[in-house]
Order: sequence, then C-alpha cells, then structure tokens
Amino acid sequence: MSTTQVSEAGTIKQAAQDYWAKVKTGDIGPLAAILGLVVLCIVFGSMSPVFLTQGNFANLLTQAAAVIVIAMGLVFVLLIGEIDLSAGYASGVCSAVLVILVTKKDQPWFVALAAAIVVGCVLGYLIGVLVARLGIPSFVVTLASFLAFQGILLLLAGEGGTIRIEDKTVLAIENSNLSVTASWIFYIVVSAIYFLAGLSRINSRRKAGLKTELKKLWLIKTLALIGASGLAVLTLNLERSNNPDLVSLKGIPYVVPLILAILIVGTFVLDRTAFGRHIYAVGGNAEAARRAGINVKRIRIACFMICSGLSAIAGLIFASRQNSVSPTTGGSSTLLYAVGAAVIGGTSLFGGKGKMRDAILGGLVVAVIDNGMGLLGYAAGIKFIVTGLVLLTSASVDAISRRGVANS
Amino acid sequence: MSQPILQLKAINKSFGPVHVLHNVDLTVEKGKVTALVGDNGAGKSTLIKCIAGIYTPESGEFIFEGNNVEIDGPRAATSLGIEVVYQDLALCDNLDIVHNMFLGREKKRNKVLNEHEMESLARKTLDGLSVRTVKSIRQKVASLSGGQRQTVAIARSVLWNSKVVILDEPTAALGVAQTEQVLNLVKRLAENGLAVILISHNLNDVFEVADSIAALHLGRMAAQIDKSKIAPQQVIELITTGKSESAGVK
Ligand SMILES: Nc1ncnc2c1ncn2[C@@H]1O[C@H](COP(=O)(O)OP(=O)(O)OP(=O)(O)O)[C@@H](O)[C@H]1O
Ligand SMILES: [Mg+2]
Repeated sequence: MSTTQVSEAGTIKQAAQDYWAKVKTGDIGPLAAILGLVVLCIVFGSMSPVFLTQGNFANLLTQAAAVIVIAMGLVFVLLIGEIDLSAGYASGVCSAVLVILVTKKDQPWFVALAAAIVVGCVLGYLIGVLVARLGIPSFVVTLASFLAFQGILLLLAGEGGTIRIEDKTVLAIENSNLSVTASWIFYIVVSAIYFLAGLSRINSRRKAGLKTELKKLWLIKTLALIGASGLAVLTLNLERSNNPDLVSLKGIPYVVPLILAILIVGTFVLDRTAFGRHIYAVGGNAEAARRAGINVKRIRIACFMICSGLSAIAGLIFASRQNSVSPTTGGSSTLLYAVGAAVIGGTSLFGGKGKMRDAILGGLVVAVIDNGMGLLGYAAGIKFIVTGLVLLTSASVDAISRRGVANS
Repeated sequence: MSQPILQLKAINKSFGPVHVLHNVDLTVEKGKVTALVGDNGAGKSTLIKCIAGIYTPESGEFIFEGNNVEIDGPRAATSLGIEVVYQDLALCDNLDIVHNMFLGREKKRNKVLNEHEMESLARKTLDGLSVRTVKSIRQKVASLSGGQRQTVAIARSVLWNSKVVILDEPTAALGVAQTEQVLNLVKRLAENGLAVILISHNLNDVFEVADSIAALHLGRMAAQIDKSKIAPQQVIELITTGKSESAGVK
C-alpha cells in the first residue's frame, strides 16, 4: 500500500460495507443494544403512561446503577474468558463493611469506602489466585465464593438482619441530584471534552499519515450521542417531585457522574494501556499471550481484583439506595442481571471481546425490561422469563457469530 | 566466505533417559535460508527450542557472531536477535494485525499505547517484505486466511531487528497459492540480510528456497550440505537412513 493513501475510509456506503463485514466476523458493536433499547422504550412508552415520565426516567437510572457497576467489573472477567458468579455477594459483603464502618465505628464515608474497596480487591485476589495459580475453573471457585460471601454477609449483617446507614454523602449518591445549573455545566463540559477528544484523535491520525475513520460518520455518531444525552439531561432537569413545594426533585442523580467516571477510567485502561491490550490477548489466545512474554497469571488475578473492587462501589450504591445493608444486598437476581447486562451489551462469554460501555447499554436494557414490565403490572415471574429470553438471545448471537468466524 | 552468524557445536539434549539430540552441529549464515529436514521425531523441534532458549542442552556450544554465548532462556535468545515462528501460530484472533505484531512489546508514550508509531512501523515492515495481500492492517486476525496469518506471524518476528528467524513448518497447513506467498516471503527475509532456519517436510519447498540443507536422522546431524551439491533423492536417503552413498555421506 502506498503512503499517498492518507485519506479517510471512503464513503458512508463503504463504511456501511465495512460495518457489515465486521458484523459477519461477529463484531456487531453497540448498535443491537441501542436498537433494542429504543424499541423497548417505544413499546413501554406506548403501553404505560408512566414509563416515559421524567420521574420514571430518573428512577430507571438509579435502579440500574448497581447492576451496571457490577457488570462493568464483570466485563474484565468475561474478557479473559472467565466468569465471576460471586460478584453480587461480593458487593453485598463490601456494602456491609462500608455500612458497619460508618454506622458502628463512626468512620467517615471515604475511609469506609476505601476499606470496602480494599476488601473487594482482597476477595478478588483470592478468587484470582485459585483460578490462575491452582487452575480451578472460575465457575467452581466463584460458585464456592458465592456461597461463602453470602455467609459472610449474613454474619456481618447479624441476627437483626439490617444495619441502617445515615451518612449524608452515602445516601446522596442514589437519592440526591446535581442542581439544574450544575447538571447543564456538567453536560456541556463532558460533551465538549468528548467532542474535542474525538476530533484530536482524527486529526492526529491524519497528521501521522494514517487512515482515519470517516469524518462525516464520526460527526453523525458523536452528535447523535451528544444530542441524546442532551435530551436526557433536559428530562432530568424537569421537576419530578409530586409535591414540588415540599421537596423539589430535579437534576442529574449523583450516581450518573460516578458511573461515567468508571466508564472513562475503565475504557482508558482497556483501550490505551498495555495492560488492557494484554487482557484482550489473554482472552483471545492465552497461549499466544504467554509466548509473547505476557504474564498471563498476573493478568487473570488483576481482572478478578478489578471485578470485585468495582463490586465494592456497587455495594456503596446499594447502601445508598436501600439506606441500609441486609443479608440479601447484592443477592437474588443481581449477579444474573449483571452478567446479562454485559452480554446483552455485546461482551462475549467466550472471552476476548467486550467494552465497558456494553455494561451500561446492557444494564439499561435489563433495567428497562424490569421497570417497564413492573409498571405494566406483570408479575416478577414474567419479568424474569423475559429477561432470561433476552439474555439467551444475546448469548445466541454471541455463539453464532463466533461459529461464523470459525467457519469462514 | 563470511563468518556464520550462528554456529552450534556438539549439542546434546536428553529428556530424562531419552537422548534426543546427539552431538548436533549446525551452521547458519546471514542472508541464507538453512533448511532443517528430518523424519517425524528426528528432533527438529527440539533443536530449535534449544536455539530459542526454551530447552537448555546438557552440553554443546553456541557461537553467535563469533562469540561463545549462553542461551539460558527465551529472553536471552530474543536479546541476541533470535525469533521463532512456531508451528501452531501464536496469534490472537480478536486483535488486529498491528496489535498482534506488537503483542507483549507494545510501543508506549508516557505509559499510554502509541498506536500511531506501532501502526506506522507495522506498515513499514509489511511494505519492506512486499506484503500486499492484507487489505487493512487494522483488521482482526480472525478475518485473515491461513497464509495471511502466517505472513503476520513472520512479519512480527522481523520487527525487532532480529538477525535469525526460525520458522517451524510455516507452510504445513497452506494451499498451493498461499504456500507460494509464504515461500516468497521466506526468500525475501534472506534477501533482507536475515539468517533463516526453515523446518519443512516438503522437499519441493526446501529446494525452492533453501541455500543449505541440514538433515537430522534420529537425533544426529546426518549432513549439512549446500543445496547445489545435493539432489532431492539424496536428501530423502539422508532423512530415512541417515546416509547417502551417492552424496558422499556415510
Ligand atoms: N518434552 C519432551 N519430553 C520427552 N520427550 C520429548 C519431548 N519433546 C520431544 N521429545 C522426544 O524427542 C524426539 C524428537 O522430537 P521433536 O519434536 O524434536 O521431533 P520433530 O523432528 O520436530 O518431529 P515432527 O516432524 O513430528 O515435528 C521425539 O522422539 C519426542 O518423543
Ligand atoms: Mg516438530
């Protein structure tokens, strides 16, 4: 190929063809989850008068938050082709540590949070060592730790069962919002940074004489995202209190910037650092990674630590949402919803494919199904069945696309 | 004739009671393709693993660029400039060509991956080898044909100012056209001044690209002879019996 080819990747039509070629190699990208989300919103919006209200929208975000954060941690574990069934209860244990330190030991919230994250990382380290050094399948190790963590949580929560938390900062995460002005400033700053970062990426690739993404397409995608989130901010900035004179409810819930921060850091680690690249390599072909001089065991252990460490942050969100910790915190469907979220978002169960944003997209799909069907008055049983079917569909797409690659 | 870049003298290697390599000598020259032939189990893979530092022989000498060297691990081999492309390809399907070529040795700037530098270098290396068959070096390795994958694996091995490149049956799983591509690539490596060791069971391939042919028989070096001084029939004799009267090896 000659060096005169400094241009963009052709036309929109060509980009569409490239995309189709990628789809055929099993790389669907975020489009499927986005389309699913839009369809679900239209369906539920037309069936329930409450679904598309500002109050329900904010509710949806805070409902989805903990599952999304656990799913973001699971992405790391799924990327190396492993599973962590104990992530839900790990968040419960960390939540208990946090709540006990704040409520019973009078520690400030940040000390408690740091301790909870350390506990999460230690739990993840233990799982990682058993999987990577002893070679026990992660399914078995984390099934065992699922039970064990549930036990630890039960012991920590004690006979009474529930420990309340009254710390203002902790409660604010799920229950308070940025002010309307702060919401707009936050939105404008983040959008501007996102836009400029994309632009500088394209320009610097051009300067280096490398083929760039089609600028028109980038612009469409970026503006669509900025537009959609602008709409979301607009909605969140509407008054959603039933009784505005008594208590006003508007603005972006604090949990949103928290998740955005995790998204940015996680995406940076995965896409821009050698460590992230090695995670993908281990998931794609562990033997190749080993021969390339990568310390595969260290990568495996690190991924389990990140997963459980993020579970601790989910534990914070749980504590904030429930105002307490109980023996079921992080239990019941939490873990399954989180795995479902990652897979529905496009992360492969076979390793080597996935992104942080998958957890958010998939987490929103799961939350929308849960929330929408709840509003329509369906029983929990039906919700579980539908969510299960959606997960199964995503997993099938994942498996079939993999087979497609193997056959080609 | 110039001094050989790598010389092996009287290499012995056993696995427990099994004595696999007996006093093996081998001479590898710059800009030449040295073919290593031998029947299944003759010890070819074992020999190259000794060169690559994966196995340590019990006795024997390695002379690299005139100096006695110790190859006590894969890193030692790599730092001398010895690279191996293994029989089963060591590529990650889920990563693109650039990522695979730099796997484990990524270029960084302030801890952050320097994609521009890696992409330009990968491009330059592939251009230098006249590889034109890949459409985009940002495509996933999963979408490549067997020959293209082999090309990527070979290109990766020359990215590191390597001096000796060892290829273990690079054409074993390839069709006619792709075999031809890879053989051309092998020739080009030698033209670019590298010393190439090629393991192959296919004598057509060997005679097409090799300058020198080394035949192992039951762990002993039957002979290492210039290609011009030996015929395919005689190589077959060396491989199967360890001698060839007509070629003067007894
Ligand atoms: N790790 C090992 N432990 C014990 N014996 C081994 C080991 N590796 C190789 N051998 C033995 O050494 C001998 C040579 O094996 P090697 O793999 O070097 O043969 P080869 O020439 O590469 O054969 P092929 O053409 O089938 O690849 C064989 O008899 C094999 O059984
Ligand atoms: Mg072999």
